[in-house]
Amino acid sequence: MKKLISLTVAVLLVVLGLAVWSAELQKSQGATGDNTLNLYNWGDYIDPKLITKFEKETGYHVNYETFDSNEAMYTKIQQGGTSYDLAVPSEYMVEKMNKAHMLLPIDHSKLKYLNTFNPDVMNRSFDPGNKYSLPYFWGTLGIIYNDKFVKPGEIQHWDDLWKPQFKDNIMLVDSARDIMGFSLVSLGKSMNTTDAPTLQAAKAKLDSLAPNVKAVVADEIKMYMAENEAAVAVDWSGEAADMMAENSHLHYLVPSEGSNLWFDNLVIPKTAKHFKAIYAFLNFINKPENAAQNAEYVGYTTPSAKAQALLPKSVREDKQFYPNEAIIKRSEVYKDLDPSVVGLYNDLFLEFKMHRN
Amino acid sequence: MKKSSTNVAFYVPYVLWLALFVIAPLVLIIYQSFFDINGHFTLSNYATYFSSGTYILMTFNSVFYAFVITVVTLAISYPTAYLLHYTKHKQLWILLIILPTWINLLLKAYAFIGIFSQNGGINTFLSMVGIGPKQFLFTDAAFIFVASYIEIPFMILPIFNGIEELNESFVNASRDLGAKWWQTFTKVIWPLTISGVKAGVQAVFIPSLSLFMLTRLIGGNRVITLGTAIEEHFLVTMNWGMGSTIGVVLIVAMFIIMFLTGERKKKRGRRA
Repeated sequence: MKKLISLTVAVLLVVLGLAVWSAELQKSQGATGDNTLNLYNWGDYIDPKLITKFEKETGYHVNYETFDSNEAMYTKIQQGGTSYDLAVPSEYMVEKMNKAHMLLPIDHSKLKYLNTFNPDVMNRSFDPGNKYSLPYFWGTLGIIYNDKFVKPGEIQHWDDLWKPQFKDNIMLVDSARDIMGFSLVSLGKSMNTTDAPTLQAAKAKLDSLAPNVKAVVADEIKMYMAENEAAVAVDWSGEAADMMAENSHLHYLVPSEGSNLWFDNLVIPKTAKHFKAIYAFLNFINKPENAAQNAEYVGYTTPSAKAQALLPKSVREDKQFYPNEAIIKRSEVYKDLDPSVVGLYNDLFLEFKMHRN
Repeated sequence: MKKSSTNVAFYVPYVLWLALFVIAPLVLIIYQSFFDINGHFTLSNYATYFSSGTYILMTFNSVFYAFVITVVTLAISYPTAYLLHYTKHKQLWILLIILPTWINLLLKAYAFIGIFSQNGGINTFLSMVGIGPKQFLFTDAAFIFVASYIEIPFMILPIFNGIEELNESFVNASRDLGAKWWQTFTKVIWPLTISGVKAGVQAVFIPSLSLFMLTRLIGGNRVITLGTAIEEHFLVTMNWGMGSTIGVVLIVAMFIIMFLTGERKKKRGRRA
């Protein structure tokens, strides 16, 4: 027992020592209160080299904290505690946070690169005039297939997923809005449908997809697809880019009848304190060279037209990741739905997951 | 007088801990469960739970899978614990059994993904011997296998302790008096070690009711338990009331299990 206690005390002392040392190190780098920027972002969603570069160029120290769902981020910002200066919610969450008066307007006069953005992705319904948000990355929901098992052209529409040849061979991303959404599109309905009978019909159609569904998983989908575990997957374009980087047999497509357009956006939450650092960062990350470098690292679609021009030709002309206007027009952006409707989407999705064939 | 006041001082940390980390969260969960998504006081969460086929089916699924996991672990653990009792290097074997519990659950789940996947160890072996690859991941069998693997140490330890306390002379006596091996087991060994078994069942069944990471990672969300629903209500729909309601139901279920498997005072001396 004595040994155990002394061991525990020793470990605690070492940890404490290291903590003090690292705090000293940070201080010596000039990272005191006012010189920091608290960035609240998704995991692995920025090129770390850019953070170093930003710190060197401007002298601000970046505290990079991560979240793994919009809702988790919303709760944490709502509860206060940490003074986050910038956060990266998705479009429907921008709308929700704005309704809850959790955002501060962005002063456009302090932005240097506002005119470099792709006009297709600006001024969208979730934030007219981009008063509260600037797009950070954007993309689509689509289908990834492995050409070892699926011939190119065999899948062109959402309905093709229901073909019996894909029995037990499709992976779906674990997201109620997206999976219910593509079922709605395949029925010719809107992805923002709120009326219960239509949603029931979409769920019934999903139930008939169940024999083809191998699993409903989250991030692991990337690993499974890269290792040829399944022939087809439904996931977001950015995730598809990651998979395709690891397995050259994979291809991504957006069904021509339309899909979801999503936007992750930089916003300034009410908790923000370091405004100089915020605008320094906004101008840094939207500088075309930096935006292009970030897009190459993350693999998602950059909203900056100038940055797109700087990307390698094979990337910037890739129709699946930089879709043409026709696809953009036919696709829908998620609206922030009433909590009871969100509940209904999730209950139906849960029922679909429980459906046994 | 002095003695009793020092006794009270000893209780303070324990009572504080209990109040802050057991009673307070419990009260909060029960309190939350009476509010709907718009923050109005209501009993509708409970009404929804008990009237919707989905939640009843989910409850049945949870109990069913927890039951199967408990039976599987018990079937493996009892003989293991019994044999351990007669081995030479008991402490070493026990250490080896405890060792996997030091590894994070997530790491173990990912390791199993590697073993079970299409290009994993088992399928490579099956292809080599000519059977060809089979689908293991995302099956009920895989889920129950991995969940049992993770829970086994928590079943073996209490049973092992129970068997260690067993007085060997009872076993010898029953043999001397002509009992068959099977009779010795059912009439002497099993009743005398039942408390260890009950402790093991509690330690396995209760956590198994609300497993949720494994249902996604190994079960591919084809196995849905109440844990999945709680996660979804807290993280996605932000309907904390409904999530808490499911939590309350689980807590009540745990109390029922504790009551059923716990030691009860026998009213009559003789057993049937």
